[in-house]
Amino acid sequence: MTKATYLEAIRQAQHEEMSRDARVFIMGEDIICNVFGTTTGFVDAFGVERVRDTPISENGFIGAAAGASMVGMRPIVDATIASFLYPAMDQIMSIIAKSRYIYGGQASLPLVIRTCLFYGNSNAAQHSDRPYSMFMNVPGLKIMVPSNAYDMKGMLKAAIRDDDPVLCFEDSTCWTSKSDMPDDPDFIIPLGKGEIKREGTDISVIAVAGAVPLALKAAEVLAKEGISIEVVDPRSLVPLDKPLILKSVRKTGRAITVDPAHQTCSAASEISALIVEQAFDALRGPVLRVATADTHLPFSPAIEKALYPTVDRIVAAARTLVGAAQPVSA
Amino acid sequence: MTDLPNDRSLEKYRRMLRIRHFEDRAEAIHAAGEIPGALHTYAGQEASGVGACIALRTDDYMVGTHRSHGHPIAKGAKLRPLMAELLGKATGICKGKGGSMHLSDFSIGSLGETSIVGSGIPVAAGAALGSKLQGNDRVALCFFGDGATNEGAFHEGMNLAAVWKLPAIFVCENNGYAVSTPAHSAVPVKDIAERAKAYAMPAIIVDGQDVDAVEAAVTEAVERARTGGGPTLVETKTYRYADHAVNMGRILLDRGDEVDEWRKRDPLTLYRARLTEAGVAAATLDTMEQEVADEVADALQFARDSAYPEQAEAFDDVFVDRLPIPDYLTA
Repeated sequence: MTKATYLEAIRQAQHEEMSRDARVFIMGEDIICNVFGTTTGFVDAFGVERVRDTPISENGFIGAAAGASMVGMRPIVDATIASFLYPAMDQIMSIIAKSRYIYGGQASLPLVIRTCLFYGNSNAAQHSDRPYSMFMNVPGLKIMVPSNAYDMKGMLKAAIRDDDPVLCFEDSTCWTSKSDMPDDPDFIIPLGKGEIKREGTDISVIAVAGAVPLALKAAEVLAKEGISIEVVDPRSLVPLDKPLILKSVRKTGRAITVDPAHQTCSAASEISALIVEQAFDALRGPVLRVATADTHLPFSPAIEKALYPTVDRIVAAARTLVGAAQPVSA
Repeated sequence: MTDLPNDRSLEKYRRMLRIRHFEDRAEAIHAAGEIPGALHTYAGQEASGVGACIALRTDDYMVGTHRSHGHPIAKGAKLRPLMAELLGKATGICKGKGGSMHLSDFSIGSLGETSIVGSGIPVAAGAALGSKLQGNDRVALCFFGDGATNEGAFHEGMNLAAVWKLPAIFVCENNGYAVSTPAHSAVPVKDIAERAKAYAMPAIIVDGQDVDAVEAAVTEAVERARTGGGPTLVETKTYRYADHAVNMGRILLDRGDEVDEWRKRDPLTLYRARLTEAGVAAATLDTMEQEVADEVADALQFARDSAYPEQAEAFDDVFVDRLPIPDYLTA
């Protein structure tokens, strides 16, 4: 057991899977110079055929990953920053998500698209997006949003071995967080299995990606006030661990969904709807969302940070919810 | 020009006949309401598809377009699953989930007939990359129209294939129109082939009505690709007789006598004349045509006799594992 950061977990997962399976290769913009440190030493280990710098052409190389996967390769695409997926929407939505279906199961697209949620650092609207919920709206894409290094490594290894296309959203606010890492080369966390990150009895806080550490901090604050928070981390949004979420809400009777995405049609919205549809009878109050306001992210740090979910906003929502609580009729 | 007559020449004629008969039949039953959705026919372009595909091996890859009937037939696909797909049947090549715009038979190397214009081009580049990484000598050929060459996907795919020297062949079937928009009003260069210069890519312009000429051009491109010489752009000058899609009404501007002019150079008529000149008996060609007509009739009968997919099938092949079926469909 050695500690590793979230970024190191990405490097380890890729390195181990590329060592294990010659069909796995990685490509993207500036892989060789290794912008974020997730491909350190890869060219020496695997050579330039399997570690490919691409021209700036996201639709082209993400589409090429689709083609390569269809003929038996298992590409990892590093799309650097989440907003860079937008030029590739054609290939992601029309080819990658739909080919297996539209050709009646003849096509198989085992590929991973990695991209970073790069928000909260004064990079303005075009570099601060958290777009995973947009992709939840199209069937055919698995979506992972790990919140710590341990989950990242286990889930990314699972994603690379998965026969379906997976979008891996990497939350930059988690980059430096560390976990103890198992030595087992087959350490895998299957997609679709969430985790209770903290047990509690009063409110279930279902948090996404970088909101999980915030929810855990909020739980510490609230514990001192006698409010017991259960923090639920779905870890992947597609597939979504609905039983885990519903079980927790049935236990606590209250729910807050926390999500760095824009509020409208966010993952938080979908999870809230799930709870209301399937656990309404257990609820002692409204399901509250703590998400990012429906405005673009401004450059100025004076007005950017307050727009995202914060510990204070989660604490305030919990206090409101407990205060507004109605007893469940017997 | 290839030697005539030989089995290969007769096979080219047979495949062109298959496309023409298959589509004539499809158009008739579409008009009668037996085929749902839109039908984009390939009639007029048969020499382009067959000439290109006959230059490939069975294990080479091919990516096509929404005008998807001709390409898989040209590559050697069986007709029964194609016709069943047009009728939306479970025995269809895509299990009734692709339809007329997506007749893709992976068993003959087809990797998709995609209906988003230009979207197959990066996929073909990626298949070629797969061959390169696997160290085999398979090539990937991509069909697209003149309209697709205005898409970003065309330029990104061409660029990627060129800088990585991928074994790809880009076949632009220039039929002069993007839906209703004439190429001369949407493409600033005289020939699509000129666009290859920007990628330092060799380009060949060929008479798309002459199946032998197309085969020769694509064979040159395939040899270059297979031996590490990188991609080629082949532009086939061709024409589609029908409107963009047969159930969309008259959305094409009046083409005057243009269609009749092109019909004078119909690829099947031209090739039949060439085969006859080379000594193939008319009876041989008539027999072949009857065989093809029977084959199409058999395919249609098979399609008609086939069952529609079960409702649950709508939830299969979204992922490897079937999705749960919602309550409103099971109650």
